[in-house]
Amino acid sequence: MSLLIGSFTIGLILALLALGIFISFRIFDFPDITAEGSFTFGAATGASLIVAGVNPLLASLVAFIAGMAAGAVTGLIHTRFKINPLLAGILVMTALYSVNLHVMGKSNMPLLSETTVFTWIEQFSVNISGENARTMVLGWDVAVKDLWLLLFCSISICIFCMILWWFFRTNIGTAMRATGDNDQMIRALGVNTKTMIIAGVAIANGFVALSGALLAQYQGFADVQMGIGMMVWGLASVIIGEAIINDNSLGMVIFGAVIGSVLFRLLVAIALRWGLNPNDLKIITALFVFIALILPGLMKNKRKFNLTRRNHA
Amino acid sequence: MLKINNIKKTFNPETVNEVKALRSVNLEIDEGSFVCVLGTNGSGKSTMLNAVAGTFMIDEGDVLLDNTNITKWSEHKRAQLIGRVFQNPFSGTAPNMSIQENLALAFKRGQKRGLGWGLPKNKLDEFKTIVRPLNMGLEDRLENPIGKLSGGQRQALTLLMATALKPKLLLLDEHTAALDPKTASKVIELTEKIITRDRLTTLMVTHSMQQAVNLGDRIIMMHKGQVAYDFKGEEKKRLKVNDLLALFDELRRKDNIDQGVAEMLKEQYV
Repeated sequence: MSLLIGSFTIGLILALLALGIFISFRIFDFPDITAEGSFTFGAATGASLIVAGVNPLLASLVAFIAGMAAGAVTGLIHTRFKINPLLAGILVMTALYSVNLHVMGKSNMPLLSETTVFTWIEQFSVNISGENARTMVLGWDVAVKDLWLLLFCSISICIFCMILWWFFRTNIGTAMRATGDNDQMIRALGVNTKTMIIAGVAIANGFVALSGALLAQYQGFADVQMGIGMMVWGLASVIIGEAIINDNSLGMVIFGAVIGSVLFRLLVAIALRWGLNPNDLKIITALFVFIALILPGLMKNKRKFNLTRRNHA
Repeated sequence: MLKINNIKKTFNPETVNEVKALRSVNLEIDEGSFVCVLGTNGSGKSTMLNAVAGTFMIDEGDVLLDNTNITKWSEHKRAQLIGRVFQNPFSGTAPNMSIQENLALAFKRGQKRGLGWGLPKNKLDEFKTIVRPLNMGLEDRLENPIGKLSGGQRQALTLLMATALKPKLLLLDEHTAALDPKTASKVIELTEKIITRDRLTTLMVTHSMQQAVNLGDRIIMMHKGQVAYDFKGEEKKRLKVNDLLALFDELRRKDNIDQGVAEMLKEQYV
């Protein structure tokens, strides 16, 4: 059960990553690989600042801004120099690898003895219900502090979702969605689509970096490799969310990305529990996204095939 | 109102694909004038429209709109002054956004967009009143995504959107060419209604001579990147479809003579 709650919590932290991927991939139709680098960049920035004694909340905020900067560079490379979005992302991601090593000064930075956002909550839990308090949830025995962590993450994610939902319904946010939907149209209505793309990719990477910073605090270390495969992971979450929610309204799609992230994390935890080799995780994630991407097309073909067969019969 | 001074544009210069799309176009359009632009394929009529809209930067010359030199303005900045409808019905609207969101975007054309609510409740009634005259039943479907509508409906909406805030200049780029005849005539009817009501200065590119004869107060015929003929006032009113066809034939004959002369010269001198 504590494994389940842990997965829930990590799923919620990674939901920020999913939201970032959702912004770049779905709202802007911008295949943004920068996420792989900015996820680590957020973790590295956050971890280094925390080790340096900075308030963990402030450190997370700086990580968010650092991610935005990385995203803005990708957006700038794409719009200013007309470089393909994928390539622009790869360039920034590659450059960030060195940046991350410089930020941390080493490839792995432990945070176990530091004060993080999560140690605050654990402390809060200890103050309220005492050390090692346990309680029963649906017949399972769980640690109270895990429940507090889960609650904290749920509330934070709710707030972030509401901010995003609000933002994308403001005048400027609506213009951003239109940029991804039909850039010719929105330019004819007086919107500078280049600025929109730069700002959008920046916001997306801000969320990705914040996700990285929080995950580093939760798991107790930042690692220069932790971003690898994160873009596909986020995409998988978004796709699962879309499949489950099946509603195109903005609020539901944002909610879907969060649900998708939590479910995907749960699936992975269960698979690992059943003896899946952790080394195979990435290939299975990649296969999963591949199947999810081709499935709608296959189903359409099958329907067409069935229809023609029926007509011939 | 609109002044085009000697503008030139060459695409893919100094390559095998070089196209001299505009070779010195001069044009002056009065305020409130409705100009139909005719021309063969590749005559540069759409290119001229795009040059005014700012889709690309011109090589030479100036574009002045409302006494402002907008030659160096970017496309989105020019949108403060210009409303546009495209040939492709899918180009003028955002398919995955609702009708009301599209309209709300149009009501902010060229204005600063901040953190205000994008879809103000008090605007919804206004949206209903402006789509009701279309008689397409759209007033009850404002929440539906535009992508679900037909090409004609989308083009009618694009027209409403381009003129939602009165533009200094309205650019229509063969906006009925992709529609079936019945829908096309409906959209043209709407176009005429809006232009007369708001007395809009309009440049309309069209392939249909009938449209050019019936609509507007001036006809410009383009050929090989230049203005070949220009009719206004009484002259334009007397013009019939057959006259225009005759002019097209004349242009074609001239072309053939040009080619013939070139070949003759080649035989003699090369």
